[in-house]
Amino acid sequence: MDKVAVHTSVMARPAASAARSRRLQGFVLQSPAIVLLLVWSVVPLLMTLWYSVRNYNLVDPTQQGFAGINNYWYLLTDPDFMTSLENTAILVGGVLAISVGLGTLLAVLYNEEFAGRGIARILVISPFFIMPTVAALLWKNLMLHPIYGVYSAMMRAVGLTPVDWLSRYPLATLVMIVAWEWLPFAVLILLTAIQSLDTEQKEAARMDGAGMVAQFINITLPHLSRAITVVIMIETIFLLTVFAEISVTTAGGPGVASTNLAFLIYSRALLQFDVGGASAGGVVAIVVANVVAAFLLRAVARNLET
Amino acid sequence: MATVELRNLRKTYLHEEIIKGVSLVIAEREFIVFVGPSGCGKSTLLRMIAGLEDISAGDLLIDGQRVNDTEPARRGLAMVFQSYALYPHMNVYRNMEFSLRLAGMPEAERRQRIGDVARILQLDPYLDHKPGQLSGGQRQRVAIGRAIVRNPRVFLFDEPLSNLDAALRGQMRVELASLHRRLGATTIYVTHDQVEAMTMADRIVVLNKGVVEQIGTPLELYHRPRNLFVARFMGSPPMNLLPVTINAQIPEGSVQVRTETLSVSIPTQQTGLEAGAPATLGIRPEHIRIDPQGAVQGVIEISERLGAVTLLHVRLPDGQMIVVQTGGDNADRADTPIRMTFEEEHCHLFDADGMALARSTDHPLLAGA
Ligand SMILES: Nc1ncnc2c1ncn2[C@@H]1O[C@H](COP(=O)(O)OP(=O)(O)OP(=O)(O)O)[C@@H](O)[C@H]1O
Ligand SMILES: [Mg+2]
Repeated sequence: MDKVAVHTSVMARPAASAARSRRLQGFVLQSPAIVLLLVWSVVPLLMTLWYSVRNYNLVDPTQQGFAGINNYWYLLTDPDFMTSLENTAILVGGVLAISVGLGTLLAVLYNEEFAGRGIARILVISPFFIMPTVAALLWKNLMLHPIYGVYSAMMRAVGLTPVDWLSRYPLATLVMIVAWEWLPFAVLILLTAIQSLDTEQKEAARMDGAGMVAQFINITLPHLSRAITVVIMIETIFLLTVFAEISVTTAGGPGVASTNLAFLIYSRALLQFDVGGASAGGVVAIVVANVVAAFLLRAVARNLET
Repeated sequence: MATVELRNLRKTYLHEEIIKGVSLVIAEREFIVFVGPSGCGKSTLLRMIAGLEDISAGDLLIDGQRVNDTEPARRGLAMVFQSYALYPHMNVYRNMEFSLRLAGMPEAERRQRIGDVARILQLDPYLDHKPGQLSGGQRQRVAIGRAIVRNPRVFLFDEPLSNLDAALRGQMRVELASLHRRLGATTIYVTHDQVEAMTMADRIVVLNKGVVEQIGTPLELYHRPRNLFVARFMGSPPMNLLPVTINAQIPEGSVQVRTETLSVSIPTQQTGLEAGAPATLGIRPEHIRIDPQGAVQGVIEISERLGAVTLLHVRLPDGQMIVVQTGGDNADRADTPIRMTFEEEHCHLFDADGMALARSTDHPLLAGA
């Protein structure tokens, strides 16, 4: 009895201090990464918060002072802001609908055997390797240009008047361009997911009397649901901040018809030199992104547990 | 309940013929088992019957009607897959309901039917569970239930028990057999498990490289294998096979064969085999008796004690190894010489082409078969 007690007390003290020194060691080793991360993300965040409550315009940097909630007030009551939120929603929603919808169908198609499947797969994936600026320029100048564009030539060939897509339907055209860029990603993820579908399950469904459509709805779609959620989540994160395509094609115009939140902040800060207003927009963007992320994560978490 | 007839069925993948003309008539309520080594085409043949693979040539008839080009679901069959192939996102009830729903059966009737089947298979407590939450045996039962609810004319099973552990396999084997007795459905069952084949089958079809080697009742195959392949394939431990030559004197109603060290006369019908012709003598381990006065001698190399029986691996003077099965109480040790007697009425003789020679006596269990 005695012996045991002595034993444990002797053992306990060094064990506790060893654990403490281990933890300290771990912290020291981790600290460069943590400190770097802090500097990288927390400092800009704090600076944004700070500027968002300041009067600070680069046109006259000497005119400084505390603005309170004025920057926010101007932003939230600005009709452009509401339009940009709407545009952001349309852009995200439209691209998601097209890329996931079409991506699912293409994934099912490219999972079937047909001649030239390998080449077709490479072709459908390839837009993914084109950087956004180039892709947007390609569409703007090569495909959709009212005079030189391929589509305009095609329309003229059948006697129609070419449409100036980017000025007539700026947002819809942008949705199309961005969807074109993101479709390969959706196809890639969904194709790999569909390949893991047990063929015996489909055969069982066939024996149960399910036709092609019934198999797709009852077997393939449920199997893909997780992959689809992942695609939606990842795409949303990137689509909330679409910028290059807008900047290159429409510059947010005509007016603010194709301005999303990211582009609005940019135009406030670097076209109107209003650092304070842009920072307020940045804070709002952070809030929006976090709200969306919270919803998505909950949806994903629900979907990922079996 | 239905009859199934295979008329010279063939299957060709690209250039390779996998099923090389299989003909078989399956009676109503019959339990047919396909056995054969891995890759011999058992699954392919079953899937051709199911309609999951196209039939390259030949006719498939169910209840006398040619169904080569009929959709799987319209053939009136149900299949249980080796991987069970349950729908993972549907619960047990929905899994069983799926085919009924597609067939447009009214809700009340579906509920009634699934309830009945669930009761037979003791699945009532699990109707709300997803397949992922069930044990292997329960999943197996759901797969069977999914097949039963459709009231199929023919059941197809592709190695349904191979994913289960030995104890559960034994239990499910008995359940399947009693289910078959109760439903009386025509059943085609693929396995490579000898015990399953021997215990469940009305008739066994032995396949080898896409060709039927023999069709018969389990005991026919065991006691009267038609050729060397079946003789080797059926039975565990396998039959001992010794190369022999036909002896000069051939008495009436039997053939005497010999090697350098032993001589056995086997009751066979007149064969027309010449003296000195090569042949193969087959004898199962349980038909070799340890006998101090026996004519055959050898040395025990290894003795495997399985409890109920003991398997002695014996080296004959000419270097051949044979397996002798004796009682579990056998005390012989390795490296001791023993003498044995081959029970002549249980010996098999195969000619140089591997075909069994017809016997002059009938096996008592096969009389009238
Ligand atoms: N889709 C296919 N294309 C080409 N060859 C195939 C195809 N499916 C099966 N085979 C070939 O057909 C032969 C028979 O296959 P099958 O699956 O019927 O064998 P099995 O008797 O069921 O074997 P096991 O006991 O291992 O399940 C094999 O040699 C296999 O390689
Ligand atoms: Mg198989």
